[in-house]
Amino acid sequence: MTIPNIVGAGLIVIGAGLGIGRIGGQAMEAIARQPEASGKIQTAMLIAAALIEGIGFAALFAA
Amino acid sequence: MHQFFRTHSCSDMRYSILSKILVTVFVLFTGIVSAQSHEGEEVETGAHDLKTEIKEYIDHHLLDSHDFSLFSYTTDEGEHKYIGFPLPVILWDNGLKIFSSSQLKHGEGVAEVDGNYYALYHNKIYKTDAEGTIKFGAQHDEDTHSEDAFGENLVVEDAHPSNERPLDFSITKNVVFIALVGLLMFLMFRSVASNYKKSNMPKGLGRGLEPLVMFVRDEIAIPNIGEHKYKKYMSYLLTVFFFVWIINLLGLTPLGVNVTNNIAVTFALALITYFITTFSGNKNYWKHIFWMPGVPVPMKIILAPIELLGTFIKPFSLMIRLYANITAGHVVLMSIIGLMFIFKNWIGSPLSFVLAFTLSLLELLVAALQAYIFTMLSALYFGMATEEDHH
Amino acid sequence: MEKLLEQFSLGLFVWQLVLFIGLLLLLRKFAWKPILNAVEKREEGIKGALEAAEAAKKEMQNVTADSEKLLKEARAERDALLKEAREIKESIISEAKEHAQVEGDKMIKQAQATIEAEKKAAVADIKAQVANLSLEIAEKVIKEELSNKDKQLKLVDDMLGNIKLN
Repeated sequence: MTIPNIVGAGLIVIGAGLGIGRIGGQAMEAIARQPEASGKIQTAMLIAAALIEGIGFAALFAA
Repeated sequence: MHQFFRTHSCSDMRYSILSKILVTVFVLFTGIVSAQSHEGEEVETGAHDLKTEIKEYIDHHLLDSHDFSLFSYTTDEGEHKYIGFPLPVILWDNGLKIFSSSQLKHGEGVAEVDGNYYALYHNKIYKTDAEGTIKFGAQHDEDTHSEDAFGENLVVEDAHPSNERPLDFSITKNVVFIALVGLLMFLMFRSVASNYKKSNMPKGLGRGLEPLVMFVRDEIAIPNIGEHKYKKYMSYLLTVFFFVWIINLLGLTPLGVNVTNNIAVTFALALITYFITTFSGNKNYWKHIFWMPGVPVPMKIILAPIELLGTFIKPFSLMIRLYANITAGHVVLMSIIGLMFIFKNWIGSPLSFVLAFTLSLLELLVAALQAYIFTMLSALYFGMATEEDHH
Repeated sequence: MEKLLEQFSLGLFVWQLVLFIGLLLLLRKFAWKPILNAVEKREEGIKGALEAAEAAKKEMQNVTADSEKLLKEARAERDALLKEAREIKESIISEAKEHAQVEGDKMIKQAQATIEAEKKAAVADIKAQVANLSLEIAEKVIKEELSNKDKQLKLVDDMLGNIKLN
């Protein structure tokens, strides 16, 4: 692993972390606003988080 | 002041005993000691060697192996002893070659079958001569050198041996575990199923497992696939959910078996999801891929390859996600356990123990979560493939 | 990525595929189908029981409504019967009264006729008696007249004064 690779991997992790954090936070807010829709929000949240996570991992392995 | 020094020297003395205990616990807890561990090297000799050793240890913990060894130790004479049992090695090298992995001696021996010689190098089987020589290819010119397979002076980490590799279909440790989990699941769920013949209410094991089955049906299959079509996919979803979950959980036990951190295993699972999705795709699904309705024609032409690529990326991300989550979890967990041996003081070791303990709990959650995510995304893809036209 | 490809073990992949598909088929036949069918059957049973309970409740309501209706009808019939009876009673009474009236009138008429007849007879009788008396008086007067003229006139006057015409 070279230094640019490591830096790149770090950036990816930061980006993915921010993205997933935002999804989680927004989902929390949405659940607080509409507790009756929590099931649907959770599913959508997990799917979105999983997609970002997938991209993050793909980039990590490419790095 | 005097008092202080006395305590200090006392703790020093206790430290050496403690470190031995910790080493034993470490070895017991995490499983196989690498076959390449350097002979005669003491754990306490130096921080740098310790770090290398821990790294190697982690690497080998994550890898598959051709024998089932619970732990190993080095005798005073510098000889490696392994506690465990060998597994059959099955090779395809101009004919089927079957022999016991005990002949390979954990990378320290050469197995002879029908006049062919095989040796282990970095956990892979290579065809060698009678001495077990591993040659290195020309693509690593600067690193080209010969060394014996017994792993001494491994300077070149990324060197690819140029020896011929036979097709390896050995019953490895992971294969044994896959089969064991399969057997366990079969026995468990068959007993649950046979209970329903007697009465309509779940009994014993079924009381715990039925809610999980219901969870897969009501929370994963029906919302994502739909009320009318979910039944066809239930068998796969249930099997994959319980398989991944149980095998993830077993990976957390001190047996040191990590099946789902093999890309081959997750690839096989993702491939099945891909084939089921592709074969159950209806007209509407393919129309959305090749000729997206509701967008102008130039966009349709641009979208088609992207959508087509998407069908491969979806199962690919499934594969990578499961693999990476489990691998990352194990690497972090083992690194923290390894920190115990690097921080040789009274603060570091308990701290890393607490961290490792907490992380183990988190890994328990991850084991279930990844099984859930894998199953749910599979269900989602099946749902997409079978969705009817709403326009 | 390279590391991933290097790590990829064809043997493990093949074993995983074979074992997993085998497990899937076995479990489908021996576990998932029986479990899911049993659960579904149970759920249907519960649903059926609930529906039956609902139907029974409805039936019960219907029965109550029916009986209430019957009661109402019976009550109405009773009322009608009572009313009819009252009407009949009244009509009987009024008929009787009418009849009595008619009979009474008839009797009165008869009585009046009888009285009339009696009266006529009496008058006729009186007439006859008066005639007789007149004759007798006339006889006596004539007899007295024959003796005393004044006396005879006085007698006639007295006699006429005494006789009253009923």
